[in-house]
Amino acid sequence: MITLEKVAKSFGDLQVLKDISFTVARGEVACLIGPSGSGKSTALRCINGLEVYDGGVIQVDGQRVGAENLPSIRRRIAMVFQRFNLFPHRTVIENIIEGPVFSLGKPVAEAREMGMDLLEKVEMADKATSYPAELSGGQQQRVGIARALAMQPEAILFDEPTSALDPERVGEVLNVMRELASDGMTMIVVTHEMRFARDVADKAIFMADGYVVESGPAVEVLTRPQQERTRQFLDRILALD
Amino acid sequence: MGSEVTAFSDFLHDTIIFLPVLLKGLGVTILLTGCSLVFSLVLGLGWALMTLSGNAWLSAISKTVVNVIRGIPIIVQLFYVYFVLPEIGVQLAPFAAGAFGLGLAYSAYQAENFRGGFEAVDRQLVEAGRSLGMSESTIFRRIIFPLGLRTALPSFGNTTVMMLKDSSIASTITIAELTRAGQLLAIATFKNGTVYTLIALLYLMASLPLAAGVRAMERKLSRR
Repeated sequence: MITLEKVAKSFGDLQVLKDISFTVARGEVACLIGPSGSGKSTALRCINGLEVYDGGVIQVDGQRVGAENLPSIRRRIAMVFQRFNLFPHRTVIENIIEGPVFSLGKPVAEAREMGMDLLEKVEMADKATSYPAELSGGQQQRVGIARALAMQPEAILFDEPTSALDPERVGEVLNVMRELASDGMTMIVVTHEMRFARDVADKAIFMADGYVVESGPAVEVLTRPQQERTRQFLDRILALD
Repeated sequence: MGSEVTAFSDFLHDTIIFLPVLLKGLGVTILLTGCSLVFSLVLGLGWALMTLSGNAWLSAISKTVVNVIRGIPIIVQLFYVYFVLPEIGVQLAPFAAGAFGLGLAYSAYQAENFRGGFEAVDRQLVEAGRSLGMSESTIFRRIIFPLGLRTALPSFGNTTVMMLKDSSIASTITIAELTRAGQLLAIATFKNGTVYTLIALLYLMASLPLAAGVRAMERKLSRR
């Protein structure tokens, strides 16, 4: 469904993505892993055009991601951010219906009804009229996921969804993501949560220094890495666990 | 001792006579401030939108206008509107000329207030809007505008207080606002001390609640 082919991207003189190719099929969960600065988040942000890539090609169902079709691509591929990025001046339910109403043009009543169902799903229905600042990080991120789901997307991009959370709040967000995965949602997740990657992901893509070093079935890559670079990274990060 | 008591009772006596005239002037001051405030906000928002439009021509025009306005004393701008515009056929009544001139002069500062507010909005929230497939104009309307206004609120408050005080410049084009009303009283009665003390107190009475109101609004909004 989502294909990156020889994607390259520079910020000024700094080449962040040198040669990135991978494919994520419909219904698949792919985890992008690797050391910080390896270009994982940038690669993810290129898929929905938050960054403009300058080499290679990204396709969504055969449609090239480019300036001309960004709004339509973004309506099909939702995103969940590391720092939640909820709208601070709107309540939880208003955050949820913002996209459906003001981007998709849905009637407010319909969007609200669907929004409440989604809040039920992420167990945040009782906070529907709270403002983001009144919520914990974990609660805000669950709202962030509900806001993404409200777009009824074909895929969701997760950019380090648990990195900004207190350790004891990580589990509640991962649980929601697990549920989505088992519902068959197509997901690309930039994460340092190796256990989540191993348990939930179909595919792991290990990136370093702007290259895809190794990719394949998550269990294979994470337990029997073929490349020395992958092995070093996993040894270091698992030692912290 | 006795003379001080007499002086004070004279002050009270004069106050009772002067106050109705001065209050009427204060009314004009407030009306003038209100009208020029609205005008400056509309015009200032226009300049700010032009500057941030991404269109090089619009941006250059608005930046030039803002710099020209800021580089000319307000009193000169008022004179220009009141004395020079009639020569090219635009005749405005004193109040309209005052509201237009003050509004124009302050639109440059309002433009900066708006721009500062809009630019302070977290770029990540703009990205969140983009990721929902919103158009740039929807992002402006739904995210940048409301959040930017909130950030700029203290600046708007300060500017309003400054406008209230600077509306006294309109006394120079015959508008009978507070300062002008007082000047006429002082000339007629020679009671400079009483008159200008009262004028100062009335300006304070008008501006202090304004400042307090802005602070209260800030507190209310910062809770979210």
